[in-house]
Amino acid sequence: MDAIVSLVAGLLILAGTFFAFVAAVGLWRFPDIYSRMHAASKAGTLGSGLVLLALAVHSGDTPTVTRALAGIAFFLLTAPISAHLLAKAAYVVGYGLAKSSVLDEMDESKKTD
Amino acid sequence: MTELFGDFLYIAVHIALAILSLTFLITVIKVIHGPTLPDRILALDMLVAVAIGFIAVVGIKTGYTLYLDIAIALGLVGFLATVAFARFIMARGHIEEAEEGRPRLVSSENSMLAKSPKKAAIRPPEDRGPNGEKPAGVAVGNRESE
Repeated sequence: MDAIVSLVAGLLILAGTFFAFVAAVGLWRFPDIYSRMHAASKAGTLGSGLVLLALAVHSGDTPTVTRALAGIAFFLLTAPISAHLLAKAAYVVGYGLAKSSVLDEMDESKKTD
Repeated sequence: MTELFGDFLYIAVHIALAILSLTFLITVIKVIHGPTLPDRILALDMLVAVAIGFIAVVGIKTGYTLYLDIAIALGLVGFLATVAFARFIMARGHIEEAEEGRPRLVSSENSMLAKSPKKAAIRPPEDRGPNGEKPAGVAVGNRESE
């Protein structure tokens, strides 16, 4: 049992840090702010969430598990909201899409109002 | 068997600390490098996530899980900071439509804008490297006085 807990916790830690690293690389590699947001908000949240899950698995006591799961739920709730707000603000103010993007569906609504 | 997986967890924690340090460094350089204000805000949001990962890994390594509360509070602060920064971007007003009538590319044209003295005088905030916040405040003042 102890061995399984160690194995699962180690694998979750490695997966979480891998996703966090991929998110940081995505911040540099993607062309514009809107595609960078995909990397930071999805992969970054998944990375920290997996590491918190590893902490919950590793420490068996109830208060720590509850707090870790509460933290995961909190991040899963807030990350899309903040990313959406930031994207909306950046778009309204006028930060453009990358040259390689093929469709700007909000362009029409911008002209009418 | 148990010792083997205990060793695996030990090694995994140390690898994770190394990778998280690298991730933190890359993200901090992104905050400094920019090139635009939303990029910096996004990198700061990402920085909070990496810090939470650090806290969790250290909690596993040392068994000292008291900092988990701080991780939750840090997530709350990061969320509120991102919301406030988004409101700040909106309150700062239109950035590139003021010059050409339509949104232009931010990433590829910044270097050109920085070299052109006239346009740089119009919009200094985005291209000036590390101190992103202060010139932005100056720019707001300029725009209101125009």
